[in-house]
Amino acid sequence: MIENILINGLIHGGVYALLAVGFSLIFGVARIVNIAHTAFYMVAAYLIYTFATRLHLHPLLAIFLSIVIVPLIGILIYQLTIKPIQEHHVTVLIVTITVAIVFQEIMLLLFGGHFRGNPSLFVGYLEIFGVRVSYQHLLTLIVVFFVLLVTWWILLRTRLGIAIRATAQDREVANLMGMNVSRVAMITMGIAVTMAAIAGVLVAPLSVVEPYMWLHPLVMMLAIVVLGGLGSIKGSLAGAFILGFAETLVVFLIPLGAFLKGAFSLTIMIVVLLIRPEGLFGVAFEEER
Amino acid sequence: MEKLAKGVFLFAVVFLFVMSSGVVAYGQEIKIGIAGPMAFVQGQHHWYGAEFGAEEVNAKGGILVGGKRMPVKLVKIDTNEILNVPDAAGAIERAITRDKVDFLMGGFRTEAVLAMQMIAMDYKKIFLGCGAAHPELCGRVAKDYNNYKYWFRVTPINSMFLAKVDFILLGMVAKIMGMELGITQPKVAIVAEKAVWVEPIVAAAKANLPKMGMEVVGEWRPSATATDVTAELSAINAAGAHIIFTTISGPLGISYAKKWGELKIPAASVGINVESQKKGFWEATGGMGNYDMSINTYARVEITPATIPFYDKFAAKVGEFPTYNAGTNDAIKILSAAIERAGTLDAEKVVAELEKTDFSGAPGRIVFTKEHDVTWGPGYVTGTGTQWQDGKLMCVWPVNWEGVTYKGAVKYKIPPWVVEKWKKK
Repeated sequence: MIENILINGLIHGGVYALLAVGFSLIFGVARIVNIAHTAFYMVAAYLIYTFATRLHLHPLLAIFLSIVIVPLIGILIYQLTIKPIQEHHVTVLIVTITVAIVFQEIMLLLFGGHFRGNPSLFVGYLEIFGVRVSYQHLLTLIVVFFVLLVTWWILLRTRLGIAIRATAQDREVANLMGMNVSRVAMITMGIAVTMAAIAGVLVAPLSVVEPYMWLHPLVMMLAIVVLGGLGSIKGSLAGAFILGFAETLVVFLIPLGAFLKGAFSLTIMIVVLLIRPEGLFGVAFEEER
Repeated sequence: MEKLAKGVFLFAVVFLFVMSSGVVAYGQEIKIGIAGPMAFVQGQHHWYGAEFGAEEVNAKGGILVGGKRMPVKLVKIDTNEILNVPDAAGAIERAITRDKVDFLMGGFRTEAVLAMQMIAMDYKKIFLGCGAAHPELCGRVAKDYNNYKYWFRVTPINSMFLAKVDFILLGMVAKIMGMELGITQPKVAIVAEKAVWVEPIVAAAKANLPKMGMEVVGEWRPSATATDVTAELSAINAAGAHIIFTTISGPLGISYAKKWGELKIPAASVGINVESQKKGFWEATGGMGNYDMSINTYARVEITPATIPFYDKFAAKVGEFPTYNAGTNDAIKILSAAIERAGTLDAEKVVAELEKTDFSGAPGRIVFTKEHDVTWGPGYVTGTGTQWQDGKLMCVWPVNWEGVTYKGAVKYKIPPWVVEKWKKK
């Protein structure tokens, strides 16, 4: 059973990490609580469904197109709706909720309330320590770790990464040092939405594509970033795997209560916040940043 | 100037006359409100089923009422009940008071239909249910006939009988596995979404399975809105189950079947999986749902002479297999026949005629019980068991059940990987 929990927990945690790190990135840099983050994930899932299943494009081309188009939509949304009101945090929150609902309604209008599925890129499974793991899950896991590594490298080893971290640390000082913080925020939005799009195209063959598929990951993603500490990428990573493993544990240890896995994860978040209100890797006061 | 005023006056008179003629003609139609969640497949099937029924009735010039043919006009009522149950009550009231519908049909979620039913009964509007399975809907007719007599259920069979068919299908699969694989006491894993309608089925399963010679190895209850059960399937595999007994109505049905087939979990899948009743299931699971078996209302077999023509027409025009919500097709014909027998639109007289219904419809012979529920059993509506076999949704039940075999039904197939795993060497 331990090997089951380990493997399934890693898979769940990996997908959550991809979403949560992107969300944390844009929050850390621009203080944007982007509720529409998982809506971009949904749009990516619908795009790959349209390209691969409806238009019968090659799956790799479908993936490429989805991962290119969604960030462009994300940047457009940022420029048109978020940037003009970026300093008004509550307004940004409301606007991003609206954007998410608009996406949901567009998908409902275009595709109806049907549950769609995408074929796996690789069909079949591999037995690891007696646990059957589908190739698609393995691929997901590999891509997740690769994307996270690339993100880490960008942040730590490139000029862009320095600019992003500097803006995250102090927007005003970064501006005074000659950095175009507005541009940095836009690029960060692009990177974050790209991560959501990658999560979307990876999950589309594992899950069900439907207009409300953004809601559950949104709740989990918010729980993860709060658990890990708002804006902390390290925290988001830790939070994602903690909640991924927590969900898997519930399924294996309390099968009758499998429906409680989401509630159990949220309870963990509350308990951690009671003990450490700033989250696992968060800073105690925002002014200290 | 005077001429102009006269002209305007004349035009106004003519315009009002034309409009009032229109109103008279409009009043001569029979308006049937089709209630369902129209953005979803359930509501769409309500609508398409009704359209096919209305087309047939209108091809004859309409319903004959007291020697005069009155065409049927359908009114779409979007109840939005999947997303927000209270919306349904408002939608039905609006249809009755603003759109002035004469009759109502459809409904999907029991919680919503219970509310819609009460409003329809207050207005003494005949409501033919084509979607909700809870026994309480007809239980109200039994308890308070005078108020609730305007309600009739056409589809599906009520959930007590759904559960009964469910166990018959499970028993059939266990028997076939016993004969072909020598498994005398099959181990069963219960996978049931966490929802109110599921509880009686799960309780009955836990009570009955040991009596049926089966061992329950575990009960997994994912959320009704869950979309990934990989962990649950891993646990079921580890538990050594021979059969997975499913009770799933939501999107979970797709990801469950997809992962079940892809991971080749060595347990036959049988029970209720609403998604597997749909044509899109094959595409949605990428063919991985092969051999998944579910209870169903229709199948492309000769339940009655009406079944295959309706099934084919629906599949050709809609691009989907009809689900139980498409029972509006028969509901329109049943209502039309009752109105013609009554010779009036008077609800009291039409109810009396509806009670005498004995109609050969697509899901079987429809006769209403004294509680206005559709009669279940051999010779009436039985439901079907359907299994995906290499891209085709085949009817595998009833076959030699209580003397009933539907022409075109085939034998249930155990998934090959299950055979490979459990076949005694």
